[in-house]
Amino acid sequence: MSVLVFVENWDGKFKKLTFEIVSYASKLAELLNTSAIALSVGNVENLELEKLGKYGAQKIISATNEKLNVLDNRIYTDVIADFARKEGAEVIVLANNITGKALAPRLSVNLSAGIGSGVGKLPISLDPFVVFKKVYSGNAFAHVRIKSRIKILTLAQNSFEVIETGNNASIEQHKIQVRDEIFNTHVQEVQKQTGKIVLTDADIVISGGRGMKSPDNWPPLVELAGLLGGALACSRPVSDEGWRPHEEHTGQTGKIIAPNLYIAVGISGSTQHIAGVSSSKYIVAINIDKDAPIFANAQYGIIGDAVKILPKLIDAVKEVKGK
Amino acid sequence: MKILVCISNVPDTTTKIKFIDDNKKLDTTGIQWIINPWDELSLTRALDMKDDAASGVQKVTVAHVGLGSSEPTIRKALAMGADDAIRINAEPIDAFFVAAQLSEVIKNAGFDIILCGIESSDYNGSTAGGMLAEFLGYPSVSSVSSIKSENGQIIMTREIDGGKEIISMPVPLVAIIQKGIAKEPRIAAMRGIMTARTKPINVSQPITIESLTEVINYEMPKPRAACKFVDPENPKQLVELLQNEAKVI
Repeated sequence: MSVLVFVENWDGKFKKLTFEIVSYASKLAELLNTSAIALSVGNVENLELEKLGKYGAQKIISATNEKLNVLDNRIYTDVIADFARKEGAEVIVLANNITGKALAPRLSVNLSAGIGSGVGKLPISLDPFVVFKKVYSGNAFAHVRIKSRIKILTLAQNSFEVIETGNNASIEQHKIQVRDEIFNTHVQEVQKQTGKIVLTDADIVISGGRGMKSPDNWPPLVELAGLLGGALACSRPVSDEGWRPHEEHTGQTGKIIAPNLYIAVGISGSTQHIAGVSSSKYIVAINIDKDAPIFANAQYGIIGDAVKILPKLIDAVKEVKGK
Repeated sequence: MKILVCISNVPDTTTKIKFIDDNKKLDTTGIQWIINPWDELSLTRALDMKDDAASGVQKVTVAHVGLGSSEPTIRKALAMGADDAIRINAEPIDAFFVAAQLSEVIKNAGFDIILCGIESSDYNGSTAGGMLAEFLGYPSVSSVSSIKSENGQIIMTREIDGGKEIISMPVPLVAIIQKGIAKEPRIAAMRGIMTARTKPINVSQPITIESLTEVINYEMPKPRAACKFVDPENPKQLVELLQNEAKVI
């Protein structure tokens, strides 16, 4: 028996999200009286792998093969399912991010394991196994019972605290055979923006809506994001109009984010927009309309013209941060 | 080339969600049902591909797991331009059940490209598409924001953290579709609505398969505390609250 946690790497490195899911898996293993095993797929150096032990992984499996540098969903599923069987995994934990969403469902069918997706906390009960998850795009929650023997959980980002336990973990290296005949993901080109904070990883997000009036009014938002070390986002009309790239659209059909601070500038806050940002720890709203629904979801608000308020806000941030 | 688009029937995204029977069931009174937004965008892209003669797409079919009550949603897909539809006559219990049913009707039907929305706006599981691919033993690509066909290969853009990858893959495949695939959903024209009435919806009976999960009950979110307003002339107060009270900057 074990809890197996799949850890993705980004150019050989882990990030906060990794330590969140390892902390979660290790807490869950403790409740189940078993151990947490981390499975890393692809090339990661020992020094980086060792970090997983700090967050409670008792064993670290490093599965490598040059082909695993590309995410082929079938190949990855095979690798994870093989180790899940070998290690007698009772629960498999993944992040509820792009990769987790690509792999968890395939694993579910491969192992006949029910999924609790996007969970934010430990199970409500272990027998029966019941998890708590958001449904109807954040307008409700559900208690979901997973009936299968093996369970898969995908953990929502920034929902579980990183816990350092200081274990020393053993590292097992495995050279993996890849079934070439099912490797079908041929990457032609990679377009990556370096040095930019990934929106879904950002602790602080500055988001602009139609209240910004024109794409020409974006520089103050960019400046504010720079000052606070945040990422930029926008509402749906802004991305539909082509003022900003669709990668920045947060909301039900865009990115679902959960930063510590979300600053909505000139965004009225439709149900669909709130669906994408309601897990933010703090929401600040700046809007000219005092009845805008965004204020019902915000902890702090300023009523007024966003374009006029922004320069003053930037000055205030500079002043306070400069101290 | 044949495309299949899997569609789910969900409450309109502006619906005020309420529950009945001790919070065990959704109160469907007055709910407007729509095609799941991501599925609608997938269908729009499939139809755009069919309109482009160079893409080699001859036919677009939609498939749905649901009871007769969801036929208006299927008709809407036909009105948008799908050629025909398959309805598997079963209450969709969970994503595993739905994917298993879909794989039964798809496995020998010769579809080249299967499109699934990345998420449904009701259960928010993001699981049916990947499950379907595994049932079928097909390759899958997730978080796809563009797709086209070129010399028998399918070229897709998939999102990765902080960027994108352009991928080619042979058919048959399952593409799991996110935002960006089409600018706006296609709107059914009057002629489409008329012809949709006579397009075939092939109803098939479900296979017996156990679901792996079940919803025990629902709960409404707790209301947030009231918003604290700051004087627009003095945004410094906001910065101080964020620093000293919320401690987030």
